[in-house]
Amino acid sequence: MKDMLSPWQALWELLRWAKRPFAALFPPVLSEHADGVDSFYMFLVGMSTFFSLLIAGLIVFFAVRYARGRKADRTRPPESNLVLEIVWSTVPLVLSVVIFFWGARLYLRLFTEPLGGYGEVVYVVGKQWMWKVQHPQGPMEIGALHAPMGIPIRLVMTSQDVIHDFSIPALRIKRDVVPGRYTSLWFQATRTGEFPIYCSEYCGTLHSQMLGKLVIQSPAAYAAWLAQGAAAGTAIQAGERLFTSLGCGGCHGAEGGAIRAPQLAGIFGRPVPLQSDGFATADEAYLRESILFPGRKVVAGYAPVMPTFAGQINEEQMVELIAYLRSLRLP
Amino acid sequence: MNNIASMPASPPAEAARLPARHYLNEAHTLRSWFLTTDHKRIALLFLASITVFFLIAGVAALLMRLELLTPEGDLVQAETYNRLFTLHGVLMVWFFLIPSIPTVLGNFAIPMMLGARDLAFPRLNLISWYLFVGGGTLTLYSLIKGGVDTGWTFYTPYSTLYSNSAVLSTVAGVFVSGFSSILTGLNFIVTIHTLRARGLTWFRLPLFIWSMYATSLILVLATPVLAITLLLLAMERFFGFGFFDPRLGGDPLLFQHLFWFYSHPAVYIMILPGMGVVSELVAAFSRRRVFGYKVVAFSSLAIAVYGFLVWGHHMFVAGQSPYAGLVFSALSYLVAIPSAIKVFNWTATLYKGDISLDTPMLYALGFIGLFTIGGLTGLFLAALGLDVHLTDTYFVVAHFHFIMVGGMVMGYLGGIHYWWPKISGRLYTEWMGRFSAITAFVGFNLTFLPQFLAGYLGMPRRYWAYAPEYQVLNVMSTLGASILGVAYAFPLIYLTWSFWKGQVAGPNPWEATGLEWRTPSPPPTHNFETPPRVTGEAYERSHAARGEA
Repeated sequence: MKDMLSPWQALWELLRWAKRPFAALFPPVLSEHADGVDSFYMFLVGMSTFFSLLIAGLIVFFAVRYARGRKADRTRPPESNLVLEIVWSTVPLVLSVVIFFWGARLYLRLFTEPLGGYGEVVYVVGKQWMWKVQHPQGPMEIGALHAPMGIPIRLVMTSQDVIHDFSIPALRIKRDVVPGRYTSLWFQATRTGEFPIYCSEYCGTLHSQMLGKLVIQSPAAYAAWLAQGAAAGTAIQAGERLFTSLGCGGCHGAEGGAIRAPQLAGIFGRPVPLQSDGFATADEAYLRESILFPGRKVVAGYAPVMPTFAGQINEEQMVELIAYLRSLRLP
Repeated sequence: MNNIASMPASPPAEAARLPARHYLNEAHTLRSWFLTTDHKRIALLFLASITVFFLIAGVAALLMRLELLTPEGDLVQAETYNRLFTLHGVLMVWFFLIPSIPTVLGNFAIPMMLGARDLAFPRLNLISWYLFVGGGTLTLYSLIKGGVDTGWTFYTPYSTLYSNSAVLSTVAGVFVSGFSSILTGLNFIVTIHTLRARGLTWFRLPLFIWSMYATSLILVLATPVLAITLLLLAMERFFGFGFFDPRLGGDPLLFQHLFWFYSHPAVYIMILPGMGVVSELVAAFSRRRVFGYKVVAFSSLAIAVYGFLVWGHHMFVAGQSPYAGLVFSALSYLVAIPSAIKVFNWTATLYKGDISLDTPMLYALGFIGLFTIGGLTGLFLAALGLDVHLTDTYFVVAHFHFIMVGGMVMGYLGGIHYWWPKISGRLYTEWMGRFSAITAFVGFNLTFLPQFLAGYLGMPRRYWAYAPEYQVLNVMSTLGASILGVAYAFPLIYLTWSFWKGQVAGPNPWEATGLEWRTPSPPPTHNFETPPRVTGEAYERSHAARGEA
């Protein structure tokens, strides 16, 4: 043998092998993460089956062995047994620690930016009862999410009304979509195809109809799809029109001359110094807050003169504006 | 048929007749029931009321299962379906599971197990029933007004701003019934502290008392948080105060934190009493002391305490910080350990026991099996990375039904069958009891095991219509629910029948050890002719009584 399997890999292969006969009981596997979650699940199913059968077996065995009226040795039944009790407290403890770390490892991966960064950011707005998906460089979709295979995609999500949840069983991921804040998810699909998207947080009458499909394409097909859709207008273009029509450029644009308000080109993702000490990162949450509640985190050196836009733009327009701001590069 | 009455220890002369005077025939007027301060009569009032709520909530469940027989939403409208699962959840949680064992079996048995004449505050006990019925009536009034569609969790901002249904009257009903919980819990705590018989030290208490004590602590400490949360919700919905709505500067996650700070401990209100009953049953039907008495007693308290520290595990995908997620996940595993220890201790109690599989014991063994599966699947859900996939799917639905129905309802029915001869003075037909217990076990597994699989396949909960690939599992589930329906309806019939017509039981048909078995069945209003004295340990029996083969 050229290279020996590490015990970890051996366990991994064993779990994958054990899963094979039960493939019909698993959703399609669309990512490495999904594969990892399945293996973890198989481990837990195996462990649970073992303990359930152990307990059930002991109960049945004792119930038969010590059935009333049946001859058996019942002299001095033990009232406790320290060694036994230490064992059956320690075994669950050790298993719990293993499960905790295994689960935490899979979880933290969902919050960690992949090496090399995200290939693309897509904005998702949930509203009763539909998903609106906006590609900065492409079209707006309703009830569908197109994405390229093999490239890490980050979803930035919010809700126009109540709490929803963007759930993709094929990727084994979901996240609540909460009004008033942005939550995010990322994934990297390993094959092409169409997979269901569900709303998984109860959101009212047609909760069960708030469906969508995830369409994974080859990067080339995706690029073609994006370009075709872009002809009808992109989120960035919509954001630019909003920027103009709301008169943002009067202070923030080139003609504002950076006197009354900060220049916005290149600001996205950067730390900005605040009037009230400290810094804020100019991410989606900060930009949204500053548009709706401009007085909260004023950039150092500027007077708090910006009017609020709360009530004037909805969440879809907000993500268009953000897509536009994000696209602005320093000249 | 292994007839109980034929057991050697029940002298036939004694078994032939009920005592001349007992708490049931003391008086027959309506007033003697509705203004009673006798804990045993109040227990029966609670029994009747929670049975009504259980039936209504059960019918809602059956209608849901019928709707889910086909993938399309065809039997009822989506709006109706949403109201059905809300009704089912609200009634089952607050008007059946939480009161079930404490208010019926606790009320009936605690004073007698302690050797007391009544609870410490008999009139408070009656007030508790009136509050409960008042709250229940308000909640049923919402049903007449068209029902509620928020789900039993009342998540904001849906419940405060978007739902066009009777949220306020439902919330008010739950709010009022919460005071019933608090008063009952308080009453039990004081009673256990002050009314123990001479010689009945803390470590001689039956384990049911320990578990009821732990439950009462949760009732008293957690329920006020629910009351505050519901009050805030009502203020936002009615007056527009911005606690939870982001547009008013509130935070929808704040509601979830507050709600689960109550509702996670409430999960233990819905299982600890069942554990207590099972400890009694396993001891009584194995005719020996529970293995590791002190460990089982302390594990109840440990569960009650840890229960307050894990609410955040309901929110791993809700938008709380991943670091909070790590802490809540780790703490959740702490609860697993005392639960596992209990299961091992019950199993070990069977070793060298003198085991008879009478109806209560079948329920108890069913409890252990189903609770084991419910507990183990809890490990899946507390594991962060896996919970992301499983939460809000049918896996969660299956998990908590294993705990609450497989656990608590089996424990409740086991307890009802165990203390029924004491409550009514009569025996039910044994084969009917065994048939129900076994049917419930089979029906339960057929209902909920497929839901684990549907959940892993991705089927979200609270869906009125679903993708066709989940149909086979749903058909199994509906079939199981029909069997379960029969298993729950049957005891209602034969227990009611036996209440008047059953064979006379005698004071101690099971040859159990507790003080409650040392008084006639049904007991006199004041429980004991002379206050009992305790000289031995819990579950201790003389060698003669053990009937060594």
